[in-house]
Amino acid sequence: MKKKIPGRALGEAVRQLFKKPATSAYPFEKAKLQPKFRGRIAFEQEKCIGCKMCVRVCPAKAIEIVLSADQPAAPAPVEGQAPAPAKKKFDCVIHLDRCVYCAQCVEVCPKKALASTDDFELAQLDRKALRRHYK
Amino acid sequence: MSKISIPLGPQHPGLKEPINFGLVLEGEQIDKATVNLGYNHRGVEKAAEERTYIQDIYLIERVCGICSHSHVTCYITCVEEIAKAEIPERAKAIRVLVGELERIHSHLLWLGIAAYEIGFDTLFMYVWRDREHVLDCLELVGGNRVHYSINTLGGVRRDITPEIKAELLKRIDILEARTKYYTTLATEETTVLARTQNVGVLPKDLGIRLGACGPTARASGIARDVRKDEPYLIYDKLDFKLITADTCDVFGRVVVRVLETVESCRIIRQVLNYLPEGPISIKVPWKIPEGEAVNRYEAPRGEDIHYVKGNGTDKPERVKVRAPTLANYHAVPHMLEGGWLADVPLVIAAIDPCMSCSDRALVTDRAAARSAVWSWEEMRRNGIEFYKRRGVDFSKVTLK
Ligand code: SF4
Ligand code: SF4
Repeated sequence: MKKKIPGRALGEAVRQLFKKPATSAYPFEKAKLQPKFRGRIAFEQEKCIGCKMCVRVCPAKAIEIVLSADQPAAPAPVEGQAPAPAKKKFDCVIHLDRCVYCAQCVEVCPKKALASTDDFELAQLDRKALRRHYK
Repeated sequence: MSKISIPLGPQHPGLKEPINFGLVLEGEQIDKATVNLGYNHRGVEKAAEERTYIQDIYLIERVCGICSHSHVTCYITCVEEIAKAEIPERAKAIRVLVGELERIHSHLLWLGIAAYEIGFDTLFMYVWRDREHVLDCLELVGGNRVHYSINTLGGVRRDITPEIKAELLKRIDILEARTKYYTTLATEETTVLARTQNVGVLPKDLGIRLGACGPTARASGIARDVRKDEPYLIYDKLDFKLITADTCDVFGRVVVRVLETVESCRIIRQVLNYLPEGPISIKVPWKIPEGEAVNRYEAPRGEDIHYVKGNGTDKPERVKVRAPTLANYHAVPHMLEGGWLADVPLVIAAIDPCMSCSDRALVTDRAAARSAVWSWEEMRRNGIEFYKRRGVDFSKVTLK
């Protein structure tokens, strides 16, 4: 049988009295994040081609890709060439309450239009604000 | 003395998990105990059939918040087996690395909870403070503290850079030193000994008969560990000890877990030094051929079993999860019987239970002697009917 020592943690407890607290003063102090943290998903409209791969892989059905309300006009026809169709523009809607921040959409996007950010303070008082519409 | 029976749970201040125990007491001593499950069924298996293999990775990860990597690794090994994909060695090593980090995180979490149940809050606070190191390591490797999402079909998603390796080695040294301190603390401190020795006894033969697994079994002298019995990933190349204890009580379970944590630190160091060069993943087509596979994995709580059946599409035909807690439930009434009421929370906590991992549904109609599996719609309809009968208002919900 091992020896029994009462108050074995006492020395450690006394030593802790003279140490800095292990907790941080969040929210007054910013939380420290590791470099590859997966937070809110950001969207860059210029890069998106509307392939909807992100929608297909999302496990939480949290992302939607919709046609933008205002579409750019078709480029002026050049003589001697077939008229080029207008490049379509897409908006991205992310439901922050459904998203599980897995970043699978970021990984699958062929044009790197999506990216993980460091933003994790996403609580809202208004439920509607959880639906982010990136235009 | 007359006997009284009391229910413990599913909601009880001394019990953090949704489970019900029926206790028959004689004074303060437990004469008989029964266990009732089924308070937290979430339909994960059914939901998995409705999603693609890639989406299921993130769903299966959420079977459990603590052993998220264990479940996914077990599931994905099945899928890769069906697809006949051999993943790169580096990916295997990274999976082992995260698996062992997870074991440290889970065991330290448990040690804190056990200390809290004992009433030794000082130990609880210190353990959880030091556990932050391993959570930071996991965030560094995977990008999040709890759901690291490191696995993908055909390998892992993120690589270990030399900077990450250096940081991990630094943190592991701190963790190992701290765990060694907790080992002496937990095995010598009078309070811990008084509360854990000869409490919740599970004799070896009973443990084998009831199919206990993981640290619960190993603390009863049953030398069972999937990592040793049927090495997966790169465990056959690693040097580590299978920890057992022969005291068969809660004290044994404490000893097994703290010593396993030290072993995990050793494994992590070996993996980091071994880490072969090469790609971290291979391409696996989204459509998985027909076939079935079953795999075992040593999760922090014990043996985790997954079964996957593919049907040639991008969605699985069937996914079955057997979480380790389900195997350990049966032993709990035996551990409780003959013990004291005050020890109940500690004895239950000692198997490191995770109820929501374990709740699965199969409808058994005894009268008609038939069992059936419900479809997603049926399950939803039945759930709604059930709550309507209890007076929940569904007028604002659109029902399909
Ligand atoms: S995957 Fe990328 S390019 Fe395709 S629709 Fe989504 S954001 Fe746009
Ligand atoms: S991070 Fe995951 S859950 Fe969120 S939108 Fe992307 S794929 Fe969907």
